[in-house]
Amino acid sequence: MTIARANLDAWYPVAMAADLPPPPGRTTQMLGQDIRVFRGLTGAVGVTDATGQPLQVRERFGHVWTSPGSPVQDLFTIPEAEPADRRLVDCGVVRVKCSPLRAVENFLDIAHFPFVHTDILGAEPHTEVNRYEVKIREDSDEVWATKVTFYQPQAAKSAAGGGVTEYMYRVAAPTAAVLYKTCPARPEAWDVIAIFVQPLAEDLCDVWPWMALYDDITPQAELIAFQQMIFLQDRSILENQIPRLLPLDPGKEIPTQADMTSVAYRRWLKRRGLTYGALSVAE
Amino acid sequence: MNSKHIILHDYILSASCYKVRLMAALLAQKLTLRAVDFHPGREHRSLAFRVLNPAGTLPVLVDGDLTLTESTAMLVYLVRLSGATDWLGDQTPESAAQVQGWLAFAARLGSSLGAARLHDMLHFPADIDAVRAAGVNCLRELEATLTEARLMGRIYLVGPGPTIADIACFPNVALAPDGGVGLDDFPSVRLWLRAIRSLEHFIEMPGIHRLHELKPEPERA
Repeated sequence: MTIARANLDAWYPVAMAADLPPPPGRTTQMLGQDIRVFRGLTGAVGVTDATGQPLQVRERFGHVWTSPGSPVQDLFTIPEAEPADRRLVDCGVVRVKCSPLRAVENFLDIAHFPFVHTDILGAEPHTEVNRYEVKIREDSDEVWATKVTFYQPQAAKSAAGGGVTEYMYRVAAPTAAVLYKTCPARPEAWDVIAIFVQPLAEDLCDVWPWMALYDDITPQAELIAFQQMIFLQDRSILENQIPRLLPLDPGKEIPTQADMTSVAYRRWLKRRGLTYGALSVAE
Repeated sequence: MNSKHIILHDYILSASCYKVRLMAALLAQKLTLRAVDFHPGREHRSLAFRVLNPAGTLPVLVDGDLTLTESTAMLVYLVRLSGATDWLGDQTPESAAQVQGWLAFAARLGSSLGAARLHDMLHFPADIDAVRAAGVNCLRELEATLTEARLMGRIYLVGPGPTIADIACFPNVALAPDGGVGLDDFPSVRLWLRAIRSLEHFIEMPGIHRLHELKPEPERA
């Protein structure tokens, strides 16, 4: 198959920076092609393509990023996650048999909380998604959803009880999304939770959840367990979604008011020609 | 021994840890959970953890001076503590032996369906075709037993009610789709899974959802 230029020129996560073997490194896949990832003797991270040619590399947010092409924009930043007193939590990798785009879209969805993350991120009868705002920001070319509010029984590991949580969602790269949510320990700040999705194939991905929190109390193992619990509740749902590829054109699936972020994400993918993992109307 | 404060060294995604959490919940026995960074930290292989359990496996149950490192032993312990000995079967020679047989079968489920799941989900090494095939063989055995039980008007593995045999086998079977093994071909197995999920005080784990349809209708505002 021919892979769209826009997909080749994007950044993708391919490893956790703290877990890299020496050369010749570990073989993994990106857009269906084998690549190798390693940390050299000097400490520098290297990624090579199937022919052994070096690819561009960024080490950021605890992960290794690369691109099979020539990205126009540098890899995005998350300024909110930079303060030194944030807890940075690498959550490892989970493989999911689904389109990388479906993994991102699920991360952007709120309406499933009471049904999939029952009594944690949502609970019946509090199932209504209040109106929120969605924009494609032209300056940064990113999808943003703001003023999202939802009732949650246990919003975070550090949350003592139920309450209304405020969220912002951001699609920062074709297969990377960041959410900002009310921080139980510091109401004036946001907790930052991201998923970085590595497209192994059009219907297979490795998902690397990552967090930058204000939480001085909860042990690391419990923070990781909380995030893995949430994501693994999603995994069995994602693997059963049909069609496997994400439809970008209206008609295949009927969105509702609560799906505004998903609608914007699909439009944004289509406008940029990011068709890897997507189902076009011609099919 | 101080049974008021039982500690379970636990990993949220582990089928074996879930067996113990589920058994404790069904018996209304409180556990103090200690999260172990199994993935990505591999904390269970650390020196500090091997002091607790030289085998470097999860779960580990600690109650005072007693340390248990095999999940099936933990099931027996929790049941004996609670006094709800129906969970051990009816104590005839036949039932007692059958329960032991299924506890051993549960280990086969772990090394087949469980290994496929860890491979597909967390990149653990495995001969994936071989472990899936072994898993399907286990499911066929289970399906045969449960179909015969159904014909005799029973739903569980041994005797009329649920036993530790069901709890030991339940997690890796229910999680089989996580490892790429579907349950569509095993209707008696699916009915049995549903019966266990509908037990009073049942708790879920990621990948095993609760029965929403059995919950009461949300009250109208």
